Amino acid sequence: MARAAVPGRLKAPLTWQAARLVGLRDETPSARTLVFDVPGWSGHLAGQHVDVRLTAEDGYSTQRSYSLTSAPDGDRFELTVQRAPDGEVSPYLADVMEIGDLVEIRGPVGGWFVWRPADIRPVLLVGGGSGIAPLMAMIRTRRSLGSRTPFRLIYSVRTPEDGYYASELRTPQPGDGGLEVTHLYTRHTPEGWPRPAKRLQLADLQAHGWPPEFEPVCFVCGPTGFVETAAAQLVALGHDPRRIRTERFGPTGD
Amino acid sequence: MGIVSRGFHSRARPADVKLPPGQYLTEDFPVLSAGPTPSIAREEWEFTITTESGTRHRWSWRELLALPSERPTVDLHCVTKWSKLGTGWEGVSLDTLFADVETAAEFALVHSYGDYTTNIPLEDLLGGEAWIAYQYEGEDLAPVHGGPARLLVPHLYLWKSAKWVRGMRLLTEDEPGFWESLGYHDYGDPWREQRYQGD
Repeated sequence: MARAAVPGRLKAPLTWQAARLVGLRDETPSARTLVFDVPGWSGHLAGQHVDVRLTAEDGYSTQRSYSLTSAPDGDRFELTVQRAPDGEVSPYLADVMEIGDLVEIRGPVGGWFVWRPADIRPVLLVGGGSGIAPLMAMIRTRRSLGSRTPFRLIYSVRTPEDGYYASELRTPQPGDGGLEVTHLYTRHTPEGWPRPAKRLQLADLQAHGWPPEFEPVCFVCGPTGFVETAAAQLVALGHDPRRIRTERFGPTGD
Repeated sequence: MGIVSRGFHSRARPADVKLPPGQYLTEDFPVLSAGPTPSIAREEWEFTITTESGTRHRWSWRELLALPSERPTVDLHCVTKWSKLGTGWEGVSLDTLFADVETAAEFALVHSYGDYTTNIPLEDLLGGEAWIAYQYEGEDLAPVHGGPARLLVPHLYLWKSAKWVRGMRLLTEDEPGFWESLGYHDYGDPWREQRYQGD
């Protein structure tokens, strides 16, 4: 597998930094984007994540990791948090935090599930549900740099209401030329939608992905079952497993 | 103590559960891996230990299963913050595999099907601390969890317990593996919270 150093940091400790919430946007009824400001933030690569630490008044603290969803932008970055009904951290981030509140952040972390703008191979992004988060950072980074690298996104969600970044993904933004977006729905579709509601199929990747001979880099992110299926289908279509990068969350379900 | 997050409260939790710092308890078994799940036929599976002088020790699937096995019950700690306690495994101790291996090496670079690698000091693989595991909770190890066989080194973060393991190279000098080259800690002790380089 390819090796690449994480830029800007060689064995220097990653420190916890105070992050102030400066913006909030609802993405779906169960997901919210939080905009943080960290003075002196080092910037990040598209696809990297941060650790978030919450501390209670009695000293108890806990941590979780969240993908960065924005393009690098000075001291600011964004996370999109899907509320887990019995979660410990996500309901706090998604419901309780208010503008001006502080959390601690450590990062950015990760050097594998990242898109580097200098890499001009075609990119296939395959996202399931909240797995769009790190893929969105790649799309936004491409846009912000005016990159012409060909991108295709296949985004599978249960219903139209579950899609993140709806207006941004359904209406091409300035700089999005060369980005093709395909939405798939697994439970119900918009009216008149040509494809019936069903899970990701081999035919979807064949129709809306890249042929393997184009040698795209494939980034697949979503729940474990979704990623297993999508990655296996890409291999079956002839994509080299070494060009398929995955990020999974959640249990196997078996 | 860090910055107190307004309105964040600790949850009641069992007092007898002691987790490494920064970890939370999970009951399910999350799956993490860098790429597609490799499909490995047991007839073609092999495990090799290659010493620093190039001597190669090799076991087929049948030969591995013929070795005495152990059934450790261990806690798992993933660098992504979840911990899972009391997991039951069956596999062959690395002590058994190393019985006839002559080496003065101090490090091992573990290799997997699918090209994953991870580095571990040799002494962390010996002394009853590590296994080549092929059963989980009484069942064949599922492919998403590393089946047919994975390394199990429960006292280090779980990325050291290489899934789909196929062998190791013994080295006199440490050499970073896959995640270690991408910013993660060379050793990875959960109790010292060695997540990233510099921790």
